[in-house]
Amino acid sequence: MNSDQDGVNCKLFQKNNTQFMATYNLKINGQRKEVDADGDTPLLWVLREHLNLVGTKFGCGIAQCGACTVQVDGEAVRSCSLPISSIEDKSVVTIEGLSENGDHPVQKAWIEHDVPQCGYCQAGQIMNAAALLDQNPNPSDQEIDSAMNGNICRCGTYVRIKAAIKTAAAYQE
Amino acid sequence: MTLIKTTYDRRSFIKVSTLSSGGMLLGFSWLASCKPDQVVNMPKEWFDINGFLKIADNGLVTIMSPNPEIGQNVKTSMPMIIAEELDVSWDQVTVEQAGFNIKKYTRQLAGGSQSIRQGWESLRMAGATARRMLMEAAAKQWDVPVAEVTTEEGVVKHGDKTIGYGEIAAVAATVTVPEEVELKDPKDFKIIGTPRKNVDGSKIVSGKPLFGLDTQREGMLIAMIEHPPAFGMKLKSLDSSSAKAMPGIHDVITINTSVPEGKEAQWSDTNAFNELVVVVGATTWQVMKAKKALKVSWEEESPPESTSDHIKSMYDLLGKNQKEPARLDGDPKKTFRNAAKVIERIYSAPFLAHNTLEPMNFFADVKEDQAELVGPVQTPEFMSKTASAVLGLPEEKISIMMTRMGGGFGRRLYGHFGIEAAIISQKVKAPVKLVYSREDDMTQGTYRPTYKVTYRAALDKNNNLIGFQVRGAGVHGSPVFANRFPAGAVDNYLAENHTLESNISTGAWRAPRSNFIAGAEQAFLDEVAEAAGKDPIEFRLELFERAINDPVGEDNDYDAKRYAGVLKLVREKSNWSQSTPGVYRGVSAYFCHNSYVAQVVDVVMKNNQPKVQKIWCAIDCGIVVNPEGARNQVEGGMVDGIGHAMYSEMTFKNGRPEQNNFDSYRLIRHREAPVEIETYFVDNGIDPTGLGEPSLPPIMGALANALAKATGERLYEQPFVGQAIELG
Repeated sequence: MNSDQDGVNCKLFQKNNTQFMATYNLKINGQRKEVDADGDTPLLWVLREHLNLVGTKFGCGIAQCGACTVQVDGEAVRSCSLPISSIEDKSVVTIEGLSENGDHPVQKAWIEHDVPQCGYCQAGQIMNAAALLDQNPNPSDQEIDSAMNGNICRCGTYVRIKAAIKTAAAYQE
Repeated sequence: MTLIKTTYDRRSFIKVSTLSSGGMLLGFSWLASCKPDQVVNMPKEWFDINGFLKIADNGLVTIMSPNPEIGQNVKTSMPMIIAEELDVSWDQVTVEQAGFNIKKYTRQLAGGSQSIRQGWESLRMAGATARRMLMEAAAKQWDVPVAEVTTEEGVVKHGDKTIGYGEIAAVAATVTVPEEVELKDPKDFKIIGTPRKNVDGSKIVSGKPLFGLDTQREGMLIAMIEHPPAFGMKLKSLDSSSAKAMPGIHDVITINTSVPEGKEAQWSDTNAFNELVVVVGATTWQVMKAKKALKVSWEEESPPESTSDHIKSMYDLLGKNQKEPARLDGDPKKTFRNAAKVIERIYSAPFLAHNTLEPMNFFADVKEDQAELVGPVQTPEFMSKTASAVLGLPEEKISIMMTRMGGGFGRRLYGHFGIEAAIISQKVKAPVKLVYSREDDMTQGTYRPTYKVTYRAALDKNNNLIGFQVRGAGVHGSPVFANRFPAGAVDNYLAENHTLESNISTGAWRAPRSNFIAGAEQAFLDEVAEAAGKDPIEFRLELFERAINDPVGEDNDYDAKRYAGVLKLVREKSNWSQSTPGVYRGVSAYFCHNSYVAQVVDVVMKNNQPKVQKIWCAIDCGIVVNPEGARNQVEGGMVDGIGHAMYSEMTFKNGRPEQNNFDSYRLIRHREAPVEIETYFVDNGIDPTGLGEPSLPPIMGALANALAKATGERLYEQPFVGQAIELG
């Protein structure tokens, strides 16, 4: 574990001779948060269990389903496979921080198209879609498919998701 | 207008009273007795917050949604039915999930696409009874006959006089519950049949805690299980010393979830592994790491099975007659002997995991004299019974709260994970949240069984279908429904079933049995139509005509007119008769869960790969309560069906699942989804039937038929990707 990284407080302590716990200073949804955790703890579990931000979901744990998608410095990433020690001083945005009142254009479009069925994957879908539109405000169908392909929707709402992304693009214009 | 007898147990109103704020709360019971019970006047001073709907003094209405929500939209559509008969504006309504209370709410179960169908009358009654009581209260206050009183969107009216529901609610709560209530004429519906958005939509898109896995409590520990690595194995010995020494680990224990002798097990207890190793600790990550440090040895309990064994055994079964066939009409043997043409095909499909995106989990806080269970379960009624049996607590001391579920698809009918959580909590004497990893979830399934079926059709020299045989085999049961189409439409018909026993646990998976047999049957009929030189829709319609005009046998499960109706509707909407160069079309029709579905799939070739360009779906499920949610269900069911027909399978080697996560188990993704879907509902005013499942089964056939046109290859074995077909 590299304890000299920016944003990582060096209050290291050792337990059982094998496990390291450290205090990490994180920037989550624009706020500074201090977290004591093992350095290999995935960001997902830090968000869910240390910070009580449970909007980010656990689906597979191996970056295959996208349910845990958050934005780190504006990039959509799979938080289940991102150790907390690698976050450094990066800015993390979760579904709770995407907008103050749930009115980000992507969230509004999701409501407009009544996208969710069970709803479990949708935070990840939304975080990925929002990152896509930040980088490509007017994506083609193929660009949407390609950017969203890592996000599984077990209920099969793909057609609505695509329509909602196009509506969100129009809202942003 | 319909007049119906109310069926509430009037004793349940003993505890109903007015709120100090002037609100009203009606505590309905869904006991099915239609006999008037003793009438008890409602006391005024206190109330029990366990009712079905409550009205605030400002006219706002809270409706309790009784059934578990797994993404099938019942939390929106069931309260819509109550609001309709209550006659309030939907804007005045907020919805809350009811906890498990079978004395108040009947059938708190999510399964079989039956929530709306079976709740239809009682939900209408709930709204209508409350409306009637509000009317009686107002009539009494105004000293006019109740027959002269009307309502409109939350207001009681008589001539120029009006009073809001909220203003009269306190008095209404003291009105004797009527023995009969009027239900609206469906033509007067204002909410039912109008598109309404998911009541949890804004919470979902903003990441609010809604799901079982989101449960957090003071002092709560995290538990994870380690189950045998293969079906047919059990725990031999455990060395937990390293795991116990790891940071954050509270304990490592073993549990046995078997229902004690002398107590009744429930159908929902289906589960391959009862003896489990459990790691309990502070955080999920710490517990996940400690699980890896466990040293567990396992031993064989029953012979391990492999997929190759299942394939061989099922082929063997397909070669055998069933001694007493499930159905026999006419003389199929003779018919096939004398046929001008015989077509025979075998179809197969693998085991499937449910793979709800939210893995199995449950919260339990078990104390000496009571237990609280919270989490995703489709069958709380049965979980309550089993929890009582294993915990040694009476059912009334066990509370179950159903959380919104990150998918069900049948997996959460089998609530062993809730029982596991309860036993763990009882053992460690602390509130516990049990969390399955994806691997735990996928390798301890109640899988959709693997199936095989042989179809045979006999045509005469005029290409009429004169004989039909179907013989099915499957793990823990055959997929064949003997009395479904084309039974009833063919003079000489034989249906046979074979069962293969197995130590692999199986269960209901969205549209059980239909999820395989519909695709096989509809692909086969397509080939038979081709062999007969007939248009596939015309061919099916001829058979339905036969079933309408001169049905064979009396025990036919379907209404041939409604069946033909959806096929004609999809033919019209898809412009079936018009062929477009480069577009390859497949059709299917199926009846299950009391509803009729017909589909046309258009496939185009893009870069030498087939792509599902468009689907037309016609569905007859009677009255559609919420067209917005209904359309979403139908679309999702078809995407689900395409995905599983194309890509998904569970295979086993010596009892060991060969897939354990989404890198090895393939699910449909964005790129492979259909480009466009159009759904049409038949408007016939018939009471609603199932919708959560019926769109899934036939799409597998329509897809196979379209792909056959596009590629020239008929597809017999799911997943189709094994036959070198990829969707572009």
